[in-house]
Amino acid sequence: MLADMLERLFDAHLDDAALARAAQGEWLGAAWDEIAANGLPLALLSDDRGGFGLSAAETGEVLRLLGRRAVPLPVAETMAANRLLAAAGLPLAEGAAGLAEGGTIAGGRLTGTASRVAWADKLECLALSVGGRLYRVPRAGWTIAEAEHALTGEPRETITFDWAADEGAPLAHDLLAEGAAIRAFQIAGALEAALDLTLAHTSTRVQFGKPLARFQAVQHELAKLAGELACATAAADLAGEALARGDLAGVAAGSLRAREAAGNGASIATQMHGAIGFTREYPLHRHTTALWTWRDEFGGQVHWARLLGKAALAAGADGYWPMVTSL
Amino acid sequence: MTAIPFPSPPADTAAVTALRSEFRGFLAEQLKDRTPRQRSDNWYGFDRGFSRAMGQAGYLGMTWPKQYGGHERSAFERYVVVEESLAAGAPVGAHWIADRQSGPSIIKYGTQAQKDLLLPQIAAGQAAFCIGMSEPDSGSDLAATRTRAIRDGDNYRITGTKLWTSFAHEADWVILFCRTGSGGPAERQAGTSQFLVDLKNTPGLTIRPIIDLAGQHHFNEMHFEDAIVPADMLLGAEGQGWEQVMSELAFERSGPERFLSSIELLKQLIAVLAARDSDFAQITLGRVTARLAVLRRLSRSVTAMLHDKADAGLQAAIVKDVGALFEQALPDIARELVDAEPDPRAAAAYAGVLGNIVLNAPSWSLRGGTREILRGIIARGLGVR
Ligand SMILES: Cc1cc2nc3c(=O)[nH]c(=O)nc-3n(C[C@H](O)[C@H](O)[C@H](O)COP(=O)(O)OP(=O)(O)OC[C@H]3O[C@@H](n4cnc5c(N)ncnc54)[C@H](O)[C@@H]3O)c2cc1C
Repeated sequence: MLADMLERLFDAHLDDAALARAAQGEWLGAAWDEIAANGLPLALLSDDRGGFGLSAAETGEVLRLLGRRAVPLPVAETMAANRLLAAAGLPLAEGAAGLAEGGTIAGGRLTGTASRVAWADKLECLALSVGGRLYRVPRAGWTIAEAEHALTGEPRETITFDWAADEGAPLAHDLLAEGAAIRAFQIAGALEAALDLTLAHTSTRVQFGKPLARFQAVQHELAKLAGELACATAAADLAGEALARGDLAGVAAGSLRAREAAGNGASIATQMHGAIGFTREYPLHRHTTALWTWRDEFGGQVHWARLLGKAALAAGADGYWPMVTSL
Repeated sequence: MTAIPFPSPPADTAAVTALRSEFRGFLAEQLKDRTPRQRSDNWYGFDRGFSRAMGQAGYLGMTWPKQYGGHERSAFERYVVVEESLAAGAPVGAHWIADRQSGPSIIKYGTQAQKDLLLPQIAAGQAAFCIGMSEPDSGSDLAATRTRAIRDGDNYRITGTKLWTSFAHEADWVILFCRTGSGGPAERQAGTSQFLVDLKNTPGLTIRPIIDLAGQHHFNEMHFEDAIVPADMLLGAEGQGWEQVMSELAFERSGPERFLSSIELLKQLIAVLAARDSDFAQITLGRVTARLAVLRRLSRSVTAMLHDKADAGLQAAIVKDVGALFEQALPDIARELVDAEPDPRAAAAYAGVLGNIVLNAPSWSLRGGTREILRGIIARGLGVR
């Protein structure tokens, strides 16, 4: 039901032309306003905080949908920022929000930089992690130092802080873990879209007198893609549950496998499309570029692999399996 | 949307958690003298004493009715016993097939007399089963079976050859897939049936060893020459064979044995690497552990489906396909981290385990349905076949 409502919302506001403008870095203000009016920024909060009071399964569905529709707005980031701000007892965002780590606080002033913040110029505030505390930094607290971009074409600006910091609040859980878990769900959603497009394409495109999907070699690639999707979906669920328990190793496991599926899945989908999958005319590129973006954000693969690998080595040969069953 | 659904497995209940720690204690005691090399045989270790101990302690037939010696516990409790057995490298071969698929098949299709005779023995860890599906001319194409059973009064007379039958030389019973109908195009699948054949008391049956690539005797050729099997040992009804094997394969393909075959190598690798301070090792083990954790979640999700009596054949095919890639990748991952010459007879634990795993790994994407066949099943589930 919620998913249907969101699908209709995105159908109405994110047509091909709008998505193409976003890929040039344009802020889709009207779409954002509609999304905000429908309450999505607070979606991950409980009913009494103005949220949707979603179950874990519904949360996953909403986040995957954002990935499946390649929504080129910081909706997931805003949801996550509000979840962190609410948990820390800080005021919620009044517009789009970002998630970042960076900067330093000395003498009551926040200075320094945070790199590659999504849509930093358009945000109302940032949920910023500095030294284990969370700060709600308003837009006036930073300037844009460098305008960089994600592979999707969306902005990822490096920002310079200058803000008279308040005292912030203790951080409920690791900010990178929050971002990594959110991205895992978006990756699973993008892979759903990639599989759907690949199935549709190979079932209609005819070569050698029959649809491509009739060739066994193509069928086996489709099967592998379905396997990567299954792994990514389970990985996101695993990361989401671990995040709720505050278990960083579990977030690492889920996040890592989703990142791996992003790369594996994107290559299969592109290969099975032929040249059309390598264009900006055909929609697959929105999902592949998003997959290649998301798999390297909020702590890269190496960051999370090192964390989990250290835990595995610390568990030792005898403790390894018990560690795996606890993830 | 065409994604294949995998429901989230439920969180462990207190009963599951308690069982896990109790069963870990049982295994630690039972397996205290088992070497890493022996543990690396995984579910090909065969030890009747161990299987009887499992039965006595109530760890077999866990989900079956008490009436048949079962314990009426949940599918999730059984899953704990299965995965902990494998992770510990327990020699489960003497009960593995019976507990996993033969017993459930007998519960589903067997006559009252068959259930009364066989299920209590299986639950006690005293009846070992094997799988009589493959033949010289019928491997992936199972419906091409040529082993023939002809009704003769109160008996069937069976003639034909089965191949690759794991543990036929050790087991007590085989569930034998054969042709009872004409074999014409209309009856390729419909003309098949299965029999419960007593391996120790069937005149006309000879079993010949086949030594595998690793030099071990674990599978066999079974030749039936006018062998006599009582008609009351037909499983279910004539013509039900195909449905029965398809239902068995869902159990056969879904479990954690499809990604834990090389778990002992992973443990020995950790033992070697724990002494090093290597960034590459940490990163690699992190990635491996992530894959393992996610496979385990998928497999528990299939358990949740089987628990709800849902058809999980498609999901099981995915777990087995992705799982085999994982367990087969481990030797090469280990080789990127540690130099050792693999030798299954080596005294050193690491080289011994590596040797055993390198020699056995190729079979993991063949047994139980090949990679190519699984991908065909998945493609059919996606609607393109
Ligand atoms: C260790 C081990 C234990 C076993 N234990 C048992 C047992 O206990 N009982 C039992 O009944 N069987 C057992 N088997 C047999 C196993 O089930 C078969 O090996 C398997 O089903 C494949 O059959 P095959 O070996 O005849 O190969 P084939 O079917 O001849 O296949 C050879 C190759 O061709 C490919 N191929 C076949 N058909 C197609 C197709 N349509 N499209 C694309 N590729 C195709 C296969 O994937 C494979 O790569 C065991 C096998 C092994 C390796």
